[in-house]
Amino acid sequence: MSEAAIQVIDLHKSFDELEVLRGVSLEVKSGEVVAVIGSSGSGKSTLLRCLNRLEQSTSGTILIDGTVLTGSKRAISEIRREIGMVFQQFNLFPHMTVLENVMEGPIQVLGMPKKEAATLAAELLAKVGLAEKARVYPRKLSGGQQQRVAIARALAMNPRAMLFDEPTSALDPELRGEVLQVMKQLAAEGMTMVVVTHEMKFAREVADRVIFMHNGVIEEQGPPDQLFDSPQSERLRGFLRHVS
Amino acid sequence: MLDFSLVAPFLPFLLTGALVTIEISVLATALGLVLGLIAALARMSPFKPIRWVADFYVWSIRGTPVLVQLFIVYFGLPQIGIELGAMLAAVLALGANTGAYVAEILRGGILAVPAGQIEAAESLGMSSAKVMRRIILPQAFRLSIPALGNQAVSMLKESSLASLVTVNELMMVSQRFAATNYAYMEFYIVAAVIYLVMTTGMSWILGKIEFRMSVSER
Repeated sequence: MSEAAIQVIDLHKSFDELEVLRGVSLEVKSGEVVAVIGSSGSGKSTLLRCLNRLEQSTSGTILIDGTVLTGSKRAISEIRREIGMVFQQFNLFPHMTVLENVMEGPIQVLGMPKKEAATLAAELLAKVGLAEKARVYPRKLSGGQQQRVAIARALAMNPRAMLFDEPTSALDPELRGEVLQVMKQLAAEGMTMVVVTHEMKFAREVADRVIFMHNGVIEEQGPPDQLFDSPQSERLRGFLRHVS
Repeated sequence: MLDFSLVAPFLPFLLTGALVTIEISVLATALGLVLGLIAALARMSPFKPIRWVADFYVWSIRGTPVLVQLFIVYFGLPQIGIELGAMLAAVLALGANTGAYVAEILRGGILAVPAGQIEAAESLGMSSAKVMRRIILPQAFRLSIPALGNQAVSMLKESSLASLVTVNELMMVSQRFAATNYAYMEFYIVAAVIYLVMTTGMSWILGKIEFRMSVSER
């Protein structure tokens, strides 16, 4: 249980002149829930997107389950299969029903037979509390419901870890709870999770470890109680004053 | 003055011509869709030579009159030993012509699919070919339907050019009987009405298709 599911060594990422990540090293243990906080522009989303190669790092090493992530198409596709991702804007496929959205990955990527995929998808939709919405198109759903479908879609690949990129930031406050509830449940089941979030309450309650990023580096990290109750750096204190 | 009763005996011939018009339009549009899809994809290929060929196709077709293209295919090709029947020449020339416009329309549709859609599909581990086929193209196609419909309607009108390479479509038939009866106004007005009926009917059918394809948005 203690081996590193995700290991990042000295990661750098630049967009043209702008260096967004300036040497980030990080280890996420199997079953661990890590919350990444920080102001916008701190590099937290970029870090997350580097982990499944939606963004290509400029230098540095990423290891998934001890294997170095290389640039080959095959390696990239393989880690994407094993690491689920949930986006701020949900990004459900609008031309497919909710059920088809969840079935798409298993069928197209894992080659699962249609019937089996449909059963799996129905199970996962039940798990996120949306069994009755299976035949509906995403447009008909609220943001919170769409995000729960997106979580089910990622889970359908039976991933070893899940990345969440500000999963509740696009939601009205009253819809955030239902999404956070599903994430809490996942965490309790032992899913390895990296969550970029502005939800300090969630970070405190659910995360095993909180990472505070500033200006492309990890400024401070530790267990949530320590980080929130006795922040060491001035920057983190300033950040916490702003968000609470 | 005008005497439309002159046209009546020839109406069956005009309608047969209209059928040929529909035939050319449907075949050329189908060919145009296939060529347009291939060209749109080729223009986004990572391989430069493939992009060049597709770019040249779209550029040269859109930059020259369709009539010149038609004459090259029907009158020009036999000179280098390629003899095509009038109908085939018309379908090929009009199809190739509309294909270049379809390529532009589809490219616009493809570029209009939000980046988040591609990222979501990629994050599942889908190959780029599958992302294109399963996620991008269905959405791009839906976005393109109104423009593709317009293209199909203008194809129907442009098919009248086939009369210039001896295809017996509506315009050709009208011309012939207008001349022999010395009743230009009558025959051409009837031809215009038949074209109007066809384009209107087509717009109506396209509207139905558009409505049906938008099922996920309702």
